[in-house]
Amino acid sequence: MTSSPLIRALDRGAVAFILVLVAIGVLVPALNLLTAESSVWHVPTYLVALWGKYVCYAILALSIDLIWGYCGILSLGHGAFFALGGYAMGMYLMRQIGTRGVYGNPILPDFMVFLNWPELPVFWYGFNHFAYAVLMVFLVPGVLAFVFGWFAFRSRVTGVYLSIITQALTYALLLGFFRNNFGFGGNNGLTDFKDILGFNVQAQETRAALFAISVLALIIGFFICRTIVASKLGMVLVSIRDAESRTRFLGYRVENYKLFVFTLSACMAGVAGALYVPQVGIINPSEFAPANSIEAVIWVAVGGRGTLIGAAIGAVIVNYGKTTFTSGPLAPYWLFLLGSLFVLVTLLLPRGIVGTVRHYSGALRDRKASAAAEDGITPNEPAPKAAE
Amino acid sequence: MLGAYTTYVVQDLIRTRNPGLFDYSLMIALPLAFLVAGAVGILIERTVIRFLYGRPLETLLATWGISLILQQAVRSAFGPTNKEVGNPGWMSGAFELGGITITYNRMWIIVFTLAVFVGLLALLRFTRLGLEMRAVTQNRAMAASMGIRTARIDALTFGLGSGIAGIAGVALSQIDNVSPNLGQGYIIDSFLVVVFGGVGNLWGTLVASFTLGIANKFLEPFAGAVLGKIAILVFIILFIQKRPRGMFALKGRAIEA
Amino acid sequence: MLQVNAIDLHYGAAQALRGISMQAEPGKVTCVLGRNGVGKTSLLDALMGQHAVSKGNIVWEGDDITALRPADRARRGIAYVPQGREIFPLLTVEENLETGFAPLKRAEREIPADVYTLFPVLKSMLRRRGGDLSGGQQQQLAIGRALVMRPRLLLLDEPTEGIQPSIIKDIGRAISYLRGLGQIAIVLVEQYLDFAQELGDHFLVMDRGSVVYASDRAKLDEAALKRAMAI
Repeated sequence: MTSSPLIRALDRGAVAFILVLVAIGVLVPALNLLTAESSVWHVPTYLVALWGKYVCYAILALSIDLIWGYCGILSLGHGAFFALGGYAMGMYLMRQIGTRGVYGNPILPDFMVFLNWPELPVFWYGFNHFAYAVLMVFLVPGVLAFVFGWFAFRSRVTGVYLSIITQALTYALLLGFFRNNFGFGGNNGLTDFKDILGFNVQAQETRAALFAISVLALIIGFFICRTIVASKLGMVLVSIRDAESRTRFLGYRVENYKLFVFTLSACMAGVAGALYVPQVGIINPSEFAPANSIEAVIWVAVGGRGTLIGAAIGAVIVNYGKTTFTSGPLAPYWLFLLGSLFVLVTLLLPRGIVGTVRHYSGALRDRKASAAAEDGITPNEPAPKAAE
Repeated sequence: MLGAYTTYVVQDLIRTRNPGLFDYSLMIALPLAFLVAGAVGILIERTVIRFLYGRPLETLLATWGISLILQQAVRSAFGPTNKEVGNPGWMSGAFELGGITITYNRMWIIVFTLAVFVGLLALLRFTRLGLEMRAVTQNRAMAASMGIRTARIDALTFGLGSGIAGIAGVALSQIDNVSPNLGQGYIIDSFLVVVFGGVGNLWGTLVASFTLGIANKFLEPFAGAVLGKIAILVFIILFIQKRPRGMFALKGRAIEA
Repeated sequence: MLQVNAIDLHYGAAQALRGISMQAEPGKVTCVLGRNGVGKTSLLDALMGQHAVSKGNIVWEGDDITALRPADRARRGIAYVPQGREIFPLLTVEENLETGFAPLKRAEREIPADVYTLFPVLKSMLRRRGGDLSGGQQQQLAIGRALVMRPRLLLLDEPTEGIQPSIIKDIGRAISYLRGLGQIAIVLVEQYLDFAQELGDHFLVMDRGSVVYASDRAKLDEAALKRAMAI
């Protein structure tokens, strides 16, 4: 127990995962930029963008796993935070278009000119500065999550009720962003981006760099989550998940703990959205669709709830499956598959892929250690009393 | 959705085989929709839901998955486009009441809703099945000790709920487009109604749905359809702060027992 | 006739019952005594089928019922009055009683008159919600509800727990009345020794999941009984 939380956060699995991520983050851009197009080792640019998208989804999944896997908060509205982060980035990218838009207006984005807006609305001020936009990427989802969470957790809205109102939240935002007079481009959203920090968003190099940055963000996000989960705070979270009222009776301010992780998780989702937008080149209100948020939850469930690594892996696997299926002749069957995935994972694989693997490999080695790992606690720590 | 499609199929058959019966098509569709949706509900309960009792969040996810499958099944069978469902003669037209134009089909739907409500209330209050349903939801283990076959009651309860949703689909087919996405837009609304009215409380649900529906319509002219919806969502989020158990939360010693 | 043969019961890794054997016969009260946590309630759960036994078998009226589910046991005339009453809080008193109709044929579905003679307070409260009753009234309701099923085996789990003395007397009177009918085998789990001694025909004392003392009323050695209970 003398080791610092940072060291405890990095158990063997976590280190291996980070190393794999570093390798991906270096190799994929390198193979894209440095090899000839004819080479067998070449990674085409479209794949870099596609995998970059997966990495962003993995960050989103990580943020959901932090609150669902470790604190028992099932948010069915995390897509909203993702999309808000995306919009913040999108607004910066829109301002960067400048006079190159169809209407050539140096200040107003095209859709505002089209809708005869006389001047830039106040909430678009400042988005021409990258730093401001980045700040907003954290702040907007964070503040919304804080206010929402403050209301919800303070009045002890939990379980399914909380899931439903998070769903309502993203639905409300969906409706709002669909409107033209909201000032975010209506149902077309924001698109036609030209450059980011002076680099062309379409360029191969920019895409490779964005990919590397996304992987870096995933590593940082994973590291933050691991640190939290392995700390004393993490134990309190798990005990909230397993026995909320008992934790409260032990004298912990449950609301504050929940509010903290919920807000942090929303910020992570926002970052994921912000990295997502320049790589796919568009952000529109459909990102707020309730179905998206629910889908993100199933990534976590597939990979393994409460394992962090599993969440990231699940996001990649499910989305890889989605791309494969929806682009081929099997497209009509994708929803069957996705639907069955929901059912089968909840029924047969409640631990998810990583959780199941850990469970069985752990059972072989040491029953006790695996039981602790399943609870998201590193083996050499005492399990929280409240969870028993 | 299944109910609406049952209506479509019934009307389609009638139109091709026996156009004279068209005015009665809804009468035929109602029990059929109830049976089809109810049977599907029982099937789902037996194969999936019953393994998930006591895990509400997982149930939420699994049912979402099933709804995706059902939607896609309907899309594969009937195609993704809207289907035309006609209004029988006695439901067409409109009349004026206090300066508001009310169409007959909407009025009939309100009447019909009240009838279903009364029927359901009577079923729960006065029949053996209703008594056993209430006993099982209040204390599953004890109900089993009393000789009530809980698994059967679970399946029937779920089937009843699904069947009623099926009937609602028939009603909706009269005012909305029949497409595979029919039910989706209503899920959030109906969740909110239940949250507002309180889980396990039919009166609360009835009052909540009328309040929310009417509030929505009254807000529309001032704030526009979308802002009106948002206002209501915000209102409900604030409302849950005050009454986390819904508008008509049960009071008294009974809830702690 | 109930015959329990060497049953074990586990909750995960923890063993709650170890080779319990016992009998209960119509018109007799079998008392199961013991301190908290020795497995008395687990024994009743095993008899009712609320929890599966891991070894041994339970024979009732000549049939092995070990594998039957609670509802099917109820249909064979076994009724359970659990600890903590477990009445249905939102059903009225009358509806609570009517839940006992489930194992009965349609023609038999009426509340027996002796329920109201034994517990007159129920008659005056038919429209009240079960959850609004006091603890003692709930206990009477729980016994009444079991009697509606016309049981041939009645399982009572600490019916005196937390109940005022006058109602304990009513409950005691009800149990001896039922014993007097000669039709019903009664298993009474108790901690309240005086109450059990007054009613019991057979006595079992449990400790740590096993029977440590067993005796008939006639041969009862009170000192040995008390010693067994105080281990």
